[in-house]
Formats: sequence, C-alpha cells, structure tokens
Amino acid sequence: MTEQKIQLGDQSIVCKPDETLLDALLRENVDISHSCHQGACQSCMLRSLDGIPPVEAQHGLKEGLKKQNYFLACLCYPQQAMRIAHRHHTDFMTHGTVIAKQALNAETLLLTLELDEPMDYYAGQFVNLQRDDGLSRSYSIANNRIHSKQLSFHIRRLAGGRFSAWAHEDLNLGDRLAVSEAQGLCYYLPDKPDSPLLLIGTGSGLAPLAGIISEALHQGHKGDIYLYHGSRDLNGLYWVEEMQALAEKHANFHYSPCISSGEPPEHVFAGRANDVAFSQLTNLKGFRIYLCGHPDMVNNTKRQAFLKGAALADIYADAFHVASASLE
Amino acid sequence: MSESSDKSLFEQLGGAAAVDAAVDIFYRRVLNDYKINRFFDNTDMDQQAAKQKAFLTMAFGGPANYSGTDMRTAHAKFVKMGLDDSHFDAVIDHLAGTLQELNVPEALIKQVAAIAETTRDDVLGR
Repeated sequence: MTEQKIQLGDQSIVCKPDETLLDALLRENVDISHSCHQGACQSCMLRSLDGIPPVEAQHGLKEGLKKQNYFLACLCYPQQAMRIAHRHHTDFMTHGTVIAKQALNAETLLLTLELDEPMDYYAGQFVNLQRDDGLSRSYSIANNRIHSKQLSFHIRRLAGGRFSAWAHEDLNLGDRLAVSEAQGLCYYLPDKPDSPLLLIGTGSGLAPLAGIISEALHQGHKGDIYLYHGSRDLNGLYWVEEMQALAEKHANFHYSPCISSGEPPEHVFAGRANDVAFSQLTNLKGFRIYLCGHPDMVNNTKRQAFLKGAALADIYADAFHVASASLE
Repeated sequence: MSESSDKSLFEQLGGAAAVDAAVDIFYRRVLNDYKINRFFDNTDMDQQAAKQKAFLTMAFGGPANYSGTDMRTAHAKFVKMGLDDSHFDAVIDHLAGTLQELNVPEALIKQVAAIAETTRDDVLGR
C-alpha cells in the first residue's frame, strides 16, 4: 500500500500505509467525533464524495447508508485518493423557484419548487430550504423520484414558527429559495420487493411517507404496504381522498387515517396512529418500518415495532424536531 | 478438544457476524424484561444497539476497546438509580438465553458468561 491523499472540505491530508483514516485525521488534528475505534459505535461516520468507499469500511451500516457511500473512518484503509465529507454535510447546492402553493388543510401548505438543476434524491429524504436572510428549515420531499427537478413539500404552520408563517403568508409564486442536497435515511429501498411495509406518520409526517409509497408503487413493490396517518382531529388530516383512491387502485396498499380525540366518521379509526397500527398488525417480523413525525411518537413507536419483531436495521425513522413551539 | 481448539472463542462463535445475529435478540430480551428495562428508557435505540454490540463483541472474546473506567462512567447514573447485582445477573441470563436461541454449545456460553462477569464490579461501581 502507498500513501493516499484525502480531501475533506478545504483540508488536505495524507493517510499513511497501514493507518486507518480515523487515525490519519486525528494525527492531523481534524475535529472528528469518534469513540470505539472498532466499527461498533459508528460515531466516526463519514461520506465518500467520489465513489464507493472500501467495502470493509461499511461493515454494520444500514443499507441506506451504504448506498449513499457512508463509511466508518476507523475501519477505512484508503485504497485510493478520497474526497470525503462530514456526516452532516449541508451545503446549499441549488436554487428553486416557487411554482405552486396549495392549502392541504387549515394548517398545512403544499409548496412546489422547480429546481434550477436536477437533484439526486430518494423518496422520503429531506432537504434544507433557505430564504435570502439565511433562515433555513428542513422539509421532507413529498413526491417520488420521477420528478428530478420538481420537489413538493408539506409545510405545516407552527405556533411561533418563523419559516412556516412566512412560507404560508409571504412566499409568492416566482420567489426563489436555496435548496440543500437531499439528506436522511428514511427512504424507500427497492431491494426487498416482497417484504411488507408499515408506515406510521403524524401531521405533516405524511409528506415523506406519501413519497415513499408513491415510489414503492411506481417500482412495483409486491408486499403489502400499510399506511397509518394520525392527527388529533379531522382538521389535521389531509389527502384522505387521494390516499383512499390510491388504496382502491392498488390491492396491496392499505390506508388507515386515525384521530386521537373525538368520534371518528366512517373509514377513520379512533386512537393514535401507532396504537391503531399495532392493534391490527401484531407480528412485524420481516417488515420494513418507516416512522415520521412527532419525536415522542417516533421514539415510542420505534421501540414498539422492535418489540413486535421488526429488526432494528429495518426501522427507518425521521423525527421532526422543530425550532419553535411543539408540534401538537 | 476437537480440531477447533486452536481457534479463539470469538472465531468459534462466528466473529462479527455472530455479534450481528445476537444483538437484536439480546436487546429485545432486555427491553422485554420488566426487572431491568427501566434502565433503558429514554435512550436512542440505535446508539444503544451500537453499545450492546460493543459489549457483545467483548463478551464473545473479540476486540474490546473500552476500559473499566469507561464502564464505570457509563453506568454511574444507573447505580444511582439502584442498579445492583440482581440486574447484572438478569443481563447475564439474557446473554446466555440469546446464545441458547442461536444454538451455541453450552461450553462456549459458559466462556462468554465468564468474560461478561469480569465487568461486574466496574458496572456496579465497586
């Protein structure tokens, strides 16, 4: 082996033969989180920007991470020069123009952007949107991958939410926003077309789930797909008719809207979305699980799903942490 | 001893792949045990699984890259919550139960339990 040149942002270092990338970075005093040095804690995760990293450096990572060329610095002996990035690499890469605004319900806006250049993303990932003065927020992509230049988002108005209030009231057709590269690990993977999928979301957590479902159906997913969308009351639900229509069109897609308070009308379930889901699906062995929305719901449901037999590696979660007041 | 006698315990158990197979079973058993699962509330499950993986790797005779001091520091807050020998025993039982589920021979399970046992005083802060 020979020395390999490593580029991290504007820093350039050399990794010596028989030295792990983590050791090289630490030797050069690069600030990188790390702990176990043996591939267990995954705190030194980095991303290769110019191709597939050494396969042994991806040991133990989730499939989604592997596909995006994430790897562990402590297991990595570079075989060639590498360009790498920190795990939370959030450069704004392009701009988008607002081409549609539509109310989904009293508190949620469907915003559609036309990007200046096509973006590579997976259905279910999120981007950061940034306005002129630098204020930025993360929003999940609500469409499938067919539209590489058009992204839609569900923007829920939050109490005291500066970005969401501005998007609802003052953002106009033709306005421009900076858009980061797509991030996040909660997305559809076509590698197990027969496995059942369970998707549980609250509020605008429907956005990434709708994108994932649309992508799965587009790719001809054969396993059953169960969607549980929850809100406190009927006012918080949206796309009910669209999802019902989709369920009528695809025999393997099952849609259950849920409200946690009040008397539900026909075809709507009483109770929290996760409770309704687990009362109907009792054994989750072999399921792939997607959870999006309120952090408490996501964390509790993750645990419930695991205890009901889902493998931890098959649980994909996206907790919506908000900058302003609580979601619900 | 058979021809496998020159292999390390970690190799006999199946190495990193065995750890991968064991971690979900072990963690699920621990979370389902009402005697100890309160110590696992409010933890990030992925981080927790990574820690369990490091622990299993060590107990399986694989590389251990954390010290007794790390074990003490990590468990200090649980000792304050009342962590004692009965809880440690329960975890050791789940470790053995996990390996039984995976059809690991009793002789190897005893060796794993013996390695895990060496962490008792550090975990309990003694």
